[in-house]
Amino acid sequence: MTKHRLFWPAVVLAALLLANVVFTPDFFAIRIKDGHLYGSLIDILHFGAPLILVALGMTLVIATSGIDLSVGSTVAIAGALACLHISGAADPASPATVLGAVALALGVALVLGAVNGVLVARVGVQPIIATLILMVAGRGVAQLVTDGQIVTVTSEPYKLIGGGYWLTMPFAILFAAAVVLLTSLLTRRTALGLLLESVGGNPVASRLAGIRATGLIGLVYLFSALCAGVAGLMISSNVSSADGNNAGLWIELDAILAVVLGGTSLTGGRFSLGGTVIGALIIQTLSTTVYTIGIPPETTLVFKAFVVIAVCLIQSPAFRAKAARRRARPGRGTASRPLTPENTEVGA
Amino acid sequence: MSAIAAARGRAYVPLLVTSALLVAMFSAGSVQYEGFFSGQVLLNLLIDNAFLLVVAIGMTFVVLAGGIDLSVGAMAALSTMISAWLVEQHGWPPLLVIPLVLAVGTGAGLAMGWVIHSFEIQPFIVTLAGMFLARGLCYTISIDSISLTDPAYVAFAQTRIALPGGLFVSPSVLIAVGVLVIAFVVLHYTRLGRNVYALGGNEQSARLMGLPVGRTKIAVYAVSGFCSALGGVLLTFYMLSGYGLHAVGLELDAIAAVVIGGTLLTGGSGYLLGTLLGVLVLGLIQTVISFQGTLSSWWTRIVVGGLLFVFILLQRLIVGRRKV
Amino acid sequence: MPAHPARQPVLEAHAIRKEFPGVVALDGVDFRLFPGDVHALMGENGAGKSTLIKVLTGVYASDGGEIVLNGRPVRITGPLQAQRAGISTVYQEVNLCPNLSVAENIFIGREPRRLGLVHWSELRTRAARLVASLDLDVDVSAPLNSYSIAIQQLVAIVRAVDVSAKVLILDEPTSSLDRDEVRQLFTVLRRLRDQGVAILFVSHFLEQIYEICDRMTILRDGRVEGEYAIGELSQADLVARMIGGELAGLEDLSGRHGPHAEADAAPFLRAEGLARSGAVEPYDLTIRAGEVVGLAGLLGSGRTEAARLLFGADRSTEGSVRIEDAVVTLPTPRAAISYGIAFCSEDRKTEGLVGELTVRENIVLALQAARGWLRPLSRARQDEIALRWIRSLDVRPDDPETLVRNLSGGNQQKVLLARWLITDPRLLILDEPTRGIDIGAKAEIQKLVAELAQDGMSVLFISAELEEVLRLSHRVGVLRDRRLVAELPNDGSLTPERIMATIASGAPS
Repeated sequence: MTKHRLFWPAVVLAALLLANVVFTPDFFAIRIKDGHLYGSLIDILHFGAPLILVALGMTLVIATSGIDLSVGSTVAIAGALACLHISGAADPASPATVLGAVALALGVALVLGAVNGVLVARVGVQPIIATLILMVAGRGVAQLVTDGQIVTVTSEPYKLIGGGYWLTMPFAILFAAAVVLLTSLLTRRTALGLLLESVGGNPVASRLAGIRATGLIGLVYLFSALCAGVAGLMISSNVSSADGNNAGLWIELDAILAVVLGGTSLTGGRFSLGGTVIGALIIQTLSTTVYTIGIPPETTLVFKAFVVIAVCLIQSPAFRAKAARRRARPGRGTASRPLTPENTEVGA
Repeated sequence: MSAIAAARGRAYVPLLVTSALLVAMFSAGSVQYEGFFSGQVLLNLLIDNAFLLVVAIGMTFVVLAGGIDLSVGAMAALSTMISAWLVEQHGWPPLLVIPLVLAVGTGAGLAMGWVIHSFEIQPFIVTLAGMFLARGLCYTISIDSISLTDPAYVAFAQTRIALPGGLFVSPSVLIAVGVLVIAFVVLHYTRLGRNVYALGGNEQSARLMGLPVGRTKIAVYAVSGFCSALGGVLLTFYMLSGYGLHAVGLELDAIAAVVIGGTLLTGGSGYLLGTLLGVLVLGLIQTVISFQGTLSSWWTRIVVGGLLFVFILLQRLIVGRRKV
Repeated sequence: MPAHPARQPVLEAHAIRKEFPGVVALDGVDFRLFPGDVHALMGENGAGKSTLIKVLTGVYASDGGEIVLNGRPVRITGPLQAQRAGISTVYQEVNLCPNLSVAENIFIGREPRRLGLVHWSELRTRAARLVASLDLDVDVSAPLNSYSIAIQQLVAIVRAVDVSAKVLILDEPTSSLDRDEVRQLFTVLRRLRDQGVAILFVSHFLEQIYEICDRMTILRDGRVEGEYAIGELSQADLVARMIGGELAGLEDLSGRHGPHAEADAAPFLRAEGLARSGAVEPYDLTIRAGEVVGLAGLLGSGRTEAARLLFGADRSTEGSVRIEDAVVTLPTPRAAISYGIAFCSEDRKTEGLVGELTVRENIVLALQAARGWLRPLSRARQDEIALRWIRSLDVRPDDPETLVRNLSGGNQQKVLLARWLITDPRLLILDEPTRGIDIGAKAEIQKLVAELAQDGMSVLFISAELEEVLRLSHRVGVLRDRRLVAELPNDGSLTPERIMATIASGAPS
């Protein structure tokens, strides 16, 4: 059972949730008020929805052994464009306006993703550097769009995306769930997942097997940007405003953390969408917990730092080898040398 | 022989481009705006960006060695926070606090370098954790900004050192220039510095040539930690406060300055002089935008992003050709 | 130049033994190296050359035996300590820093200093002097990467010799050099030899061995076959001693499918003047439907490089390929696959399988790649294919969900074969498909190849084992020093000895 890849992330999430009961006895309670579901669990899912989306896109990027640092900027730009479009429209509340805004925001997000994709897949720039460009410039673009102001909108249909309810649930949860479902269908019911894992796991062998990596890698950056765009819509819709400076700030880091927590290795290859969702929920629960305990929310960063290091150490072969050696040492005298690749390799 | 001359010249191409850019921007500014063409405008670039220069120097070491350090902004913020907290709320003397802050930064860099080296984890993720930790620690000290009223700090912040011709600089500029000179000597005239270049050129080879790869790797992160702490100290003088939100995005500015200065992000090639030029370009962009008056501050980011784009493509071109 | 028995060897190894799990890589190897000699270390793949070099340079600790340096037993614990003791190695890939100047590469780590700072002018002067002493025209202040690989290699040698001038090990230094560059290298080597440096030279190019070396030691299957002065052994004898092997019982096997080659069948693929500079010289090769063409040659002779051009794994720099008489371009493996060509690389781990994927996933990978991600094979179909091939090739364990990296070499090879066989290729290129796998799996794979050809598939079969090539092929192409020197029909009169003679002489016999 412990062998299952989602076992440990799930345990961590469960432990975190249970820990909350100590501070908030009715933590698991879910109430219905005005036909809407309320409760801490619903809040975690609701506020975690944008992160889940961004992390989902990040998972596929990381599977190809890439990284996308620009998602935070894309979140800000998408929110800013949508809010600007709506606030400038004659009838902000009309569904047509909102659809136009959504299309505009997502269209631009796709363009941004295409820029990253071309830089990484065609020009051959390291992913961290290629997406750094947009990370730097994107915030400026977002502020340019909003003219440095916080653009507030009053539009019922737009509010629905991030802050509204549908079928008693926050719409954002349902939407995120739908995207998760769709992504797993897209990757696991088509051959996309297999080919991505192959490209990330062994690019040379993949090329010799006839896989065209350029298109696939371009595709994941497009997808990542699209997810970030939707997350941007959700975040801005939830607060009915767009803040070019702070919307989606550091979400790229949380997303990477969620992916790593979910058991997908930063070196690429095997990925787990379920793990990423759990990872994102762990991060959101952590934020909620810290908040309810009454610690200043900013200090979650300290926890995150330790979590990142712990997870990376566990994933690091060098660390495992050293830990194994230490464990082997107490059996004194035997001095068995661990079988590291270095001393098992057979010389030709 | 001309191919060799070309190869040798190629390393200087980004440096030349950056210099040309700097001259062009300064000339355009001088033509366009009244009062732009003055020595003091140039010196103000240094006064306003002394802390960035120091941080970018540390970043240059890391990037030359083929790594990256995302923690520098957070580390600088933590330095402002510790300084303000100890001096203001605990009454510690600045002469004790400043060395302590520098020691904390260096220690943090050492620790990150050690983790990167001994567990072979990507520098990106380790320094990201360092960034989280440093920012988080700021907030455990205080959520709010702590302003500094200590007379020594205020006096230092207001000191201006007169230069001939009615010009002046701040003491921070002298410190930054001092750091630049020392860093230059270290990089070009000590074994440590040469090992940094070798490590960035080819880590495997460096190891086979018997160079102390692990020690060098840990050292560059320690240097970067020291520089970001010192940058934080200069920022404390500049801002006269400690705050967890100081220096947000400083790591991006530092990386941008290094790249625009012509250092290859893959390591092994670049110059400190380039980093200085990169910092000046970033400062000049801000100056032009403030002289323009109608342009908003966010244009800085957009222009910096655009420059990054151009320079990264330029690097690809140079490296790509080298392979052929 | 025969040996001078009166001289003391500078380096001696006695009864060196090195084991890896399941393999004895070196079994009681005795080896000696005289000052002022260029000494060749010869052997085919797996003979133990690299292992011996790694033991001598301290990369591996030996499991038995002793190393004597200058008459004193030494324990070599690592490359650095070896260097300090006087043994330096220069590898095929230049292990210097391309971004630093030539002078710095020679001196880094031991720069002359003044007041603790690097004394640049002194460093450059000394470097220039060293370089000049070997008659090299090199500007020592230019960055290393502004020079060709050949010069870089020479700089590596200058460094190695200056660090410790007793024993210099050159591991395939010439494999990426052209003729003039080799000449330049040899000039330097002769000069060093005359200065009394002992040089251990590893190369796959027989001509070079005979040109530069004074003595040679031949390894086979982890044992010393013999030590000879260069004049004692003809090239043919050398090849025979390197390859060796039990040739008994071969006659009846080669008679099995050899001759009834379908010589009149239409050519499936025809390479005309195909070449890639620095990898393989222009060659012509025709492969007919249902025909097995073997490629024989020593390691590094260009057999893999020639095959890679046919699969688009590397781009050719000249020549053309016709498939069924139509000229085609093969810029990528994907293009080649679309013409029905499949390629099993000799390097299963890095060029073949994706270790962290399962057996099933690895098997369907090429077929799925050809179909594109939008036309997935259903899971049921994948399971069916995987199980069918696991059964017919007897892959063990037979669980399709095992991770491929946990399989043994032979089973990994079968998975790789299965991957290509389900794409129903018309030409199957097999590069060393039986290397490093057990006897049983080897026989199964050979049988499979014969059956596939009988069913009309064309096969290009590359192997270092001549018996195997003979047993399976209708025709045998022989490569030597990156050139296809002969094409020998397997008409019953072809013997391993004749192939060996061709490899050795470079002309059909």
